[in-house]
Amino acid sequence: MEYLLIQVLNGVQLGLLMFLLAAGLTLTFGIMDLVNLAHGSLYMMGAYIAWTFVTWTDSFVLGALLALPATFALGMAVEAVVMRRLYARDHLDQVLATFGLILFFNELVRVLWGPAGKSIAVPPFLSRTIEILPGVPYPAYRFALIVVGAVVAILLAWLVARTRLGMLIRAGASNRRMIAALGVNIELLFSLVFGLGAVFAGLAGLMAAPISSVKIGMGDDILILAFVIIVIGGIGSIKGAFVAAMLVGQIDIVGRAFLPDLLKTVMPPASASAAAPAISQVLVYILMAGVLVWRPTGLFGQRA
Amino acid sequence: MKPGTIVAAALLIILAALPLLTQAFDQRYLLSVGTRIVIWSIAAVSLNMILGYGGLVSFGHAAFFGIGGYAVGILSAEGIQSGWVQWPVALGASILWAALVGALSLRTRGVYFIMITLAFAQLVYYLASGLAGYGGDDGLNISRSRFSGLIDLRDKATFYWLCFALLCATLWFCGRLANSRFGYVLRGAKSNELRMMALGFPVFRYRLVACIIAGAFGGLAGILLANEGAYVSPAMMSWVKSGDLIVIVVLGGIGTLFGPLYGAIAFFALEEMLKPLLDLVHKGWGEYWQIVFGPLLVLVALYARGGMASLLKARG
Repeated sequence: MEYLLIQVLNGVQLGLLMFLLAAGLTLTFGIMDLVNLAHGSLYMMGAYIAWTFVTWTDSFVLGALLALPATFALGMAVEAVVMRRLYARDHLDQVLATFGLILFFNELVRVLWGPAGKSIAVPPFLSRTIEILPGVPYPAYRFALIVVGAVVAILLAWLVARTRLGMLIRAGASNRRMIAALGVNIELLFSLVFGLGAVFAGLAGLMAAPISSVKIGMGDDILILAFVIIVIGGIGSIKGAFVAAMLVGQIDIVGRAFLPDLLKTVMPPASASAAAPAISQVLVYILMAGVLVWRPTGLFGQRA
Repeated sequence: MKPGTIVAAALLIILAALPLLTQAFDQRYLLSVGTRIVIWSIAAVSLNMILGYGGLVSFGHAAFFGIGGYAVGILSAEGIQSGWVQWPVALGASILWAALVGALSLRTRGVYFIMITLAFAQLVYYLASGLAGYGGDDGLNISRSRFSGLIDLRDKATFYWLCFALLCATLWFCGRLANSRFGYVLRGAKSNELRMMALGFPVFRYRLVACIIAGAFGGLAGILLANEGAYVSPAMMSWVKSGDLIVIVVLGGIGTLFGPLYGAIAFFALEEMLKPLLDLVHKGWGEYWQIVFGPLLVLVALYARGGMASLLKARG
């Protein structure tokens, strides 16, 4: 029972992390109609920039606080140099250009930080366990991730639902040309949204750094998972991204935690533990295929 | 003759003579680069069938590398070395997979189609990496398919010529198809699906058949790729390879017959050329060639609309 609780919490933590990544992606997708494969590169850059600042200031929190505006600036720069020219293009051109950006950023990291991976230590005040229920210890850092993730998710929901910027974002998602015609500075809006997405991606990257590792290409595989999430949720829908991220987080973690035991009842232990992670990944993709076959525009997507 | 035709013909003649050229100049390494170019061209030509003519952006075409490759690999690991068994099984598996993926994916449009094809490719990728009995993540060393007495695939030049002949067959077939009634229906559906349906064409069925044909040729490329390296691994169908295939098709010029071939040559040649070029600028920079290649792709996407094939057309 306690084991189950801890695994569910791990799923929530992964889900929130994925939501941070997916939120920026679904915003740029929904509003600018942009397929941004390089979103994972921003996640990676966030982690590397954080590593530099954390090493420099010798403090995780300070380093993270410095890394976020830096990631925002990087996002705005990428938008100004490349993305801006891609909004009006078809998806194929966008795939090609942002694929090129992935290669560029992976190689840039190799040049600037070297080929070896980096690690960021868990900050000392969080490197202990806390009791979430009496007698059930849980790593404090992972718990902090859940808290930060939840706070950011609530902030984002507030931003989109209650503020003027959020209103423009929603209006942009449903009809871009109309809000431009109404006199909204759409270029500035696009830049801001892209920068916002970059910050969320960078935040996800630097928060994931202490529990995984900072390495080249770290954003590439997780990017695909983020795409799966926004497609399941329905492109442009923040709510959909949240629901789908939670679903995927649970499937991934619970699959990893319980599939090996389940599989051992039908196959030898060695091949069961080798097959389990692969099968839990496969489950995620089966979920996506199932959702798309059932609802071709995702759970919360606009009907075509 | 149009300049496009002359360039294409010249290129095919050079490719046909490549084993002789590399032997004459004692550049054996270039033959293996050439073999890879030819195999990737087959896959790119088939992807161009659905992506270029059909307007269906499939982000999972590398899955067919894996299915074709693993069909050969698994049969080889089980002791069945005969190509007469391996190749039809591999093609059959590719066709079945293409039919399944096509039937489900074609219900979606636009970005959703890109993503669902990607998801299916990832599915195969993770299935293959979970096959602990066949090497899992590490992949599987295999021996090359045997066509008893008829042809020896271990001979590099022979194998190259086989690949080249298959590329020519693929080009011929896809060229015929693109200019047939079938091809025109496919192109019509790309520019206006509703109108084609109103005219009474079962667009879904045409597209499904196109997907299956593309899948079969993709599987063929997978078979050849497995034989070329005598090795299969999940890495041959990672999503990056699907991305590479799209890059090749767009680089060469989508919806043109020889575009994918130009694209594949440019793609691999750039890699081989950028490395020594950067090393010339500064020793050791060669390994960072992608820092130049990446922005180059961005520039192609932004400014070179229509790819390399359109450059030839503009001259003429």
